[in-house]
Amino acid sequence: MNRPILYLDGITVSYDGMLVLDVPSFEVQEGETLAVIGPNGAGKSTLLRVLGLLERPTEGQVVFGGRPILQDGNLLMDRRRMASVFQEPLLTDGTVEANVALGLRLRRIDSAEVSRRVQQGMTTLGIGHLAKRRTRTLSGGEAQRVSLARALVLDPEVFLLDEPFAALDPPTREALLLDLKTILDKRRITTIFVTHDRNEALLLGNRVAVMMGGRVQQMDTPERVFAEPVNEEVARFVGIETILRGHVEAVSQGLATVAVPGWMLEVAGPLTPGERVLVCLRPEEITLFPCRTTVSASSARNQLYGSVIRHLPIGSTFRVTIDCGIPIVATVTRQSWEQLGLEDGAEVVAAFKATAPHVIRCV
Amino acid sequence: MELIWQGTKQAVVLLVRGDPEVLRIMLLSLQVSGIATLLSLLIGIPAGTILALSRFPGRGIAISLVNTGMGVPPVVVGLFVSILLWRSGPLGFLELLYTPTAIVLAQLVIAAPVVTGLTVAAIQQLNPRLRMQLMGLGASRLQVVYFLLKEARLPLLAALMAGFGAVISEIGASMMVGGNIHRQTRVLTTATVLETSRGNFDMAIALSLLLMLLTFGVNVTLTWIQQRGRTP
Repeated sequence: MNRPILYLDGITVSYDGMLVLDVPSFEVQEGETLAVIGPNGAGKSTLLRVLGLLERPTEGQVVFGGRPILQDGNLLMDRRRMASVFQEPLLTDGTVEANVALGLRLRRIDSAEVSRRVQQGMTTLGIGHLAKRRTRTLSGGEAQRVSLARALVLDPEVFLLDEPFAALDPPTREALLLDLKTILDKRRITTIFVTHDRNEALLLGNRVAVMMGGRVQQMDTPERVFAEPVNEEVARFVGIETILRGHVEAVSQGLATVAVPGWMLEVAGPLTPGERVLVCLRPEEITLFPCRTTVSASSARNQLYGSVIRHLPIGSTFRVTIDCGIPIVATVTRQSWEQLGLEDGAEVVAAFKATAPHVIRCV
Repeated sequence: MELIWQGTKQAVVLLVRGDPEVLRIMLLSLQVSGIATLLSLLIGIPAGTILALSRFPGRGIAISLVNTGMGVPPVVVGLFVSILLWRSGPLGFLELLYTPTAIVLAQLVIAAPVVTGLTVAAIQQLNPRLRMQLMGLGASRLQVVYFLLKEARLPLLAALMAGFGAVISEIGASMMVGGNIHRQTRVLTTATVLETSRGNFDMAIALSLLLMLLTFGVNVTLTWIQQRGRTP
């Protein structure tokens, strides 16, 4: 991470008086891959268009390479230092190589150089053998590779991707995602990658920005965003399903006793008695035991008794919901699920360590 | 039936012999309608592009007017162009009434809304995100327009066919502003009407056949251009 290559200052975007983007400040560091995640309608794509100089904000300033961009001036030269890829490949009617060459031709680069860069780009994306194919005969994955090659041959200073894999089937998406990661790791292009898929953000992002309701809720390393969300909305979006409201009863030797409906939990962290908090538990932090088992007190200070009310198979795991007076969601392997007999109605102990929860202070 | 059969036989003879009167009428029709179509493209494609891509107050009304213009009867156009070009009319000093130029003008007024309206439709049927994608690859405003028109070339050819079809087949405006003057402003449609009224069915059928062959030939060529390289 060096210096900000792109900076947004006091940006708002409104459509017919309705505020859809409100970003007081936003920094993109040179060479980083910034994943922008959030649910549909969060303003991610609008943010990307503003960053890519493709949409004029209602208010505010875009600073690119240390220089404020005049929104009513000629943006073409600045826009040509960037390249965008969208969810749909949006190829023009013609051959693959003509499409990969499109941006270079728009810049009136000489033919020999175009040819060299197109060959290189197609090889990098593994589409050299498709060079003469017409774009309307391509599969979705092939078309998106062409779209990526078309943008990458431009050697952009800023590479903007708006959910480029959202319309692809899972195996195609995974293959393309890994190839893109290899390219980005190697070339260190400043990349802004919009997605609603948490796993894509985790895989590609050096940093993650979480957007909701047109605002950036949190911007940090993927590890921190996923482990320490700043509020309930972000927590739910990053996959935390058990969020318990409570208040701190007492604090002793770094351990806080938090009262949640029906239970007293022991939670590690610098908390103050009387504080109102949200206790967030990731499903994978919770261990399930048969009801008669004694769980070692040192390893799992919190043990909640309840019964299974729902189980959903998700790939090779089961997502089990336990009613402990409060709903607790845990993930177990298919093997554990069978061994523990976690059918609906089964009585279990849901255990977790004092260090497992992430605690959010309520303001 | 006998009348049609005899008429058709004589018409074929006239065509095969290359009757100079028939040829003259055909060439004038092609020339007048060809120029009118060409001018309508020069006006209609830019106008349609602007209407399709820009946002300005009154845009909706402008598109409605164009769409209405697509259905205006040629006699109405003929009437207004006649008044404009009448000796005492606003453009009377140009002395264009009853000249091929007057027919071109009237046909231009008929074809321009057709081309404009179909250009708007041709561009609007493209993926709206394509424009954003072209900008995102560094296209200037003009380059965006060029590539959008290139992508819409198939429906634009349909606009060309519709424009040409509208003017080559119209009669009301040509008759009113051209006057159907022998060796000067007589075109295939006006000549067909005249010969029919005279009872010269062989000539009338010959002219009709020519008109149909001409329209067919032009449309076959344009369709071939439009459809080549496309797989179903």
